[in-house]
Amino acid sequence: MSERIYVFKRFERFWHWSQAALIIFLMLTAFDIHGTYTIFGFEKAVAYHTTAAWTLIGLWVFAIFWHFTTGEWKQYIPTTEKVVAMMKYYLVGIFKHAPHPFRLTTLRKHNPLQRLAYLFILVCVGPLLWITGGLYLFYDKWAAWGLGGLSLEWVATGHTIGAFMMLAFLIAHVYLTTAGHTPTAHIKAMITGWEEVD
Amino acid sequence: MKVALALCCAGWLAASGPVRAEEAKPEAKPVKLTTTADHGKFKQLQKTFDSGPEVTKACLECHTEAAGQIHRTKHWKWEFLNPETKQTLGKKTVINNFCISIASNYASCTSCHVGYGWKDANFDFAKQENVDCLACHDTTGNYKKPPGFAGNPVTKDTEFPPGSGKIIKGIDLAKIAQKVGKSSRDTCGACHFNGGGGDGVKHGDMDSSLAAPTKDIDVHMDAEGLDFTCGTCHKTSSHDVAGSRYTPTAKDDKGVQVRGKAGSGNPATCVACHDNAPHKKEPRLNHHATKIACQTCHIPTYARGGIATKMTWDWSTAGKRDADGKHIVKKDAKGRITYESRKGDFTLAENVKPEYAWFNGNVQYTLLTDKIEKTEQRTQINKMGGSPSDGKSMIWPMKVFRGSQPYDPVNKSLITPHTAGNDDTGFWKNLDWDKAIPVGMQDSGAPYSGKFDFIKTEMSWPITHMVAPKDKALGCVECHARDGRLTGIQGVYLPARDNNRLVDTAGWAIVFLTLLGVIGHGTLRIVTARKH
Repeated sequence: MSERIYVFKRFERFWHWSQAALIIFLMLTAFDIHGTYTIFGFEKAVAYHTTAAWTLIGLWVFAIFWHFTTGEWKQYIPTTEKVVAMMKYYLVGIFKHAPHPFRLTTLRKHNPLQRLAYLFILVCVGPLLWITGGLYLFYDKWAAWGLGGLSLEWVATGHTIGAFMMLAFLIAHVYLTTAGHTPTAHIKAMITGWEEVD
Repeated sequence: MKVALALCCAGWLAASGPVRAEEAKPEAKPVKLTTTADHGKFKQLQKTFDSGPEVTKACLECHTEAAGQIHRTKHWKWEFLNPETKQTLGKKTVINNFCISIASNYASCTSCHVGYGWKDANFDFAKQENVDCLACHDTTGNYKKPPGFAGNPVTKDTEFPPGSGKIIKGIDLAKIAQKVGKSSRDTCGACHFNGGGGDGVKHGDMDSSLAAPTKDIDVHMDAEGLDFTCGTCHKTSSHDVAGSRYTPTAKDDKGVQVRGKAGSGNPATCVACHDNAPHKKEPRLNHHATKIACQTCHIPTYARGGIATKMTWDWSTAGKRDADGKHIVKKDAKGRITYESRKGDFTLAENVKPEYAWFNGNVQYTLLTDKIEKTEQRTQINKMGGSPSDGKSMIWPMKVFRGSQPYDPVNKSLITPHTAGNDDTGFWKNLDWDKAIPVGMQDSGAPYSGKFDFIKTEMSWPITHMVAPKDKALGCVECHARDGRLTGIQGVYLPARDNNRLVDTAGWAIVFLTLLGVIGHGTLRIVTARKH
């Protein structure tokens, strides 16, 4: 018999979905700017991308504040415990309907692989995107800031690498939402806050 | 009835009151605000003038130093020593790929000289009365210097060419002299709109549509708006007009020209008024302006005023005659000449997107004394210096005029043919290169082997006029695109145009593999779920 636990608080859910929408929109406009396709056209895409980026920064200010005041930041501390078990589960167990090796609680709502993935996004992909993106945004100020030696090509390439990593993450992330207790359990939890667990 | 009459009278008195008060004031004299002198009142100009120099002599009685000032200018000398390249340039010397050169064609070409009587190489440049004041100071629009008269106006009805039955009407120089004033778009335009032998032919960004342009054609010269004349930007000092095609200012980092400020920058640049950072709302564009000339974005296309400009000229097809042995003239659907026996084949265009190039203001001409080789590449009549890394270059819009013109394959030099002229050797009369070339080359003082061929050439004209209103400036996507306007421009990273191929390939590969992975994983889950 399954039970329900309250995993995602109201702000967290709001943060997640607004961030998801912003990141998808940033991707959409990003590859427009990159010249991959034309939806908004370069000029509008740049304007929208910039606005979305600033909005996301604003959201993050709140999110960081929330994580520290609630202590939820601890959810992202990496652990090696059960990492191998998780990998085995995704590679083999999931097809045999083996029990999920990780049982989530309100104190440990991310499985060990999730923790690692999110941490990687948080400390590698995120900073790469924010730093290169910030520089990109203020490239006309480089000389004034003593960064005249920077090359726009390198900054742009770094930003593009970050974008590809984020896109790959997004695909895997969306898929893995179906890997819960039931295919929709994780998604429901992210909407209602309540997750069914075994 | 009486009442009505009384009311009428009262009304009339009331109405006439203010009128009478005005009449009491001293009458305001109608004045011209552009000048303090009414030349019609000058005794010197109240006579019949039979020739241009007679008018000039009258002008010089008061404007004693004017001719001396003119004598020092390019407009007079048609000669210019480029201090950087040490090349002697000027109309007298340079060769182009339009009508080619003025040597041996003086009487025709010098209708645009600010002088009288330059009919051959022996013209007296020291004579004060040879200066033509009216060419620039006519305000009537009636002053004409027809080609073939060596820069002289025609004062009596004259048959020209002799025996042709065509009469050129004489003009009354006194009437023109009595109404002289400041130079205007019309006076400058009389020559500069018609460079290359016709309206808009040569420059593309200068044609008669600028005589009274709309705001869309030129935001500064807009006849109902700012109403700039040429001289508003090309500010003269001692009759010397600022601005140069031989030593253009490609990058002006001197900022606004403030009165009294030291330095002799070019007052005709955009920066001289607008400064180096004029985009107040969009500072990012100011950064663009460190590498891109203002003209690149603000002149989206040239020849915008409804007058086509010549884009190509193939002299090698000139000389054909019809079955009756007569000259041929072909026109396109719009009535524009596309072939003339005298000149060869042309193509024309309106609303032309410029080509773009790094340009640092250094222009090296191919002169008659320079050796040229006929190769796959076009010979550059003027090499435009510039590179992304020299610190002096900006990305400039150019009209690149391509043509084919005669050259000497033995001496490996360009050729200055005798074209204009009502004589047996003039190409435009007799269509015979073998007669026209030796005469022209002799006049230039250059050797001619006796053999000629045609060589493909190109000439670049930086585009700087026909500045559009700001809402018509280029949008980002014009350049920020895979096949945008700056496709060939090296040395800058242009988002949307440029990408790192390796990163893009690897990036999409990772994204694709991830997608493939999750699809495979998901499929397997569905399949295994059914088994259970």
